Amino acid sequence: MKKAPTRQQHLFSRRNFLSGFLFGLGMVAFIDEVVFHQLLNWHHFYDRSTTEIGLISDGLFHAFSWFATVGALFMFADLRRRHAWWGKRWIGSMLLGVGLFNLYDGIIQHKVLQIHQIRYGVNLLPYDLTWNILAAVIAIIGGTLVYQTHKQMKGIGGDVRS
Amino acid sequence: MNHDHGSTHTGHSIDFLMQFLLSAPFFIGIVLYISAIIVSTRRGRPWGSYRTALWVVGSLLCLITLINPMITAAHENFTIHMFAHLLLGMLGPLLMVLGAPFTLLLRALSTGNARKVTAFLKKPLFHFLSNPAVPAVLNIGGLWILYTTQLYILMETMMWVHVLVHLHVFLAGYFFAATLLYIDPIPYQYSYIYRSMVLILALAGHKILSKYIYAYPPEGVPRVEAESGGMLMYYGGDAVDLIIIIILCYKWYQSKNHRKGRYPVTA
Repeated sequence: MKKAPTRQQHLFSRRNFLSGFLFGLGMVAFIDEVVFHQLLNWHHFYDRSTTEIGLISDGLFHAFSWFATVGALFMFADLRRRHAWWGKRWIGSMLLGVGLFNLYDGIIQHKVLQIHQIRYGVNLLPYDLTWNILAAVIAIIGGTLVYQTHKQMKGIGGDVRS
Repeated sequence: MNHDHGSTHTGHSIDFLMQFLLSAPFFIGIVLYISAIIVSTRRGRPWGSYRTALWVVGSLLCLITLINPMITAAHENFTIHMFAHLLLGMLGPLLMVLGAPFTLLLRALSTGNARKVTAFLKKPLFHFLSNPAVPAVLNIGGLWILYTTQLYILMETMMWVHVLVHLHVFLAGYFFAATLLYIDPIPYQYSYIYRSMVLILALAGHKILSKYIYAYPPEGVPRVEAESGGMLMYYGGDAVDLIIIIILCYKWYQSKNHRKGRYPVTA
């Protein structure tokens, strides 16, 4: 797997990272909305304990996530068009986005800002632990992949600041 | 439907005059648009039928919110009011912007007059208005004022406030879409990044307000109606904003295509 990136991949390494990362953020927010809010009905639209900061954080993140999903897919199409798509880096960035977003959602939005809980009427500890540990593992896997592509780029020199 | 301000309804009946005042501009808009197509075609510059369809459908969506039975229903029920606002302030104006009326106007005019119009649009006022942050603030800020102050009650009781609020909602929605998407030529252009930021912040403001309405109903609005109205605003706003996001990103994608060069606005 020590294949060096092509010139195009190297040139557009930053866009590969951004596209993958934004897609990860957007996809996870979308899954959160569809699975947990709509299908399972575990999450609630609004919870009486929500703080005002919580409402602002929720609004910003959901607005950003729509934009991230669509923008990332158009960037992906642009990379394909240029033959610059770098699968390993893109998927690594995506996993990093998924993991970091879920950590933010699980720790900051659910616990600190109390927008809503994972589920209602159950002991939350196992849910919170599963959620956050899973998120951390995904983020570490993603981060490792991105780091490896970073090193592959160093091997061929040039601009490596992703 | 069991509002406690029922007595005020008779003081502010949605009579024929009001419906006429509010809906006439949209009728005139359709007539002018079609006249411009006829003139432009006579000059040998045909106009695409899909743009015509967008303009007409957009105008009609705005129009139906301003006449009976919808205007009376919206007056009595907050959820229907919110649905009407989605049409008049978001979907209708967006479709009208996609109808590219200024491009059509410039085609219908003689070269001399077209130059005069473009020179006029280069005035500082339009420079100010082309910054998408301006309509975004007017749009979202206006909604915050409408739903969190006495203005909502005032609108329900006074006819001229009603007319002004609806005019504002439509115009802010139109300029918002126009300054983000550049379907028509625009005097001063802003970068994709800047327009994206404005769009995200405006969308966030819209979402925050819709949950705020859910939690704290505007005065005189029953909780059940505020809750369903807030949710309609949240998800309906998502649907319309998603269209804007897709068009904006698609235009970015096109602009990055060096092989084919830039795409001009086509009919």
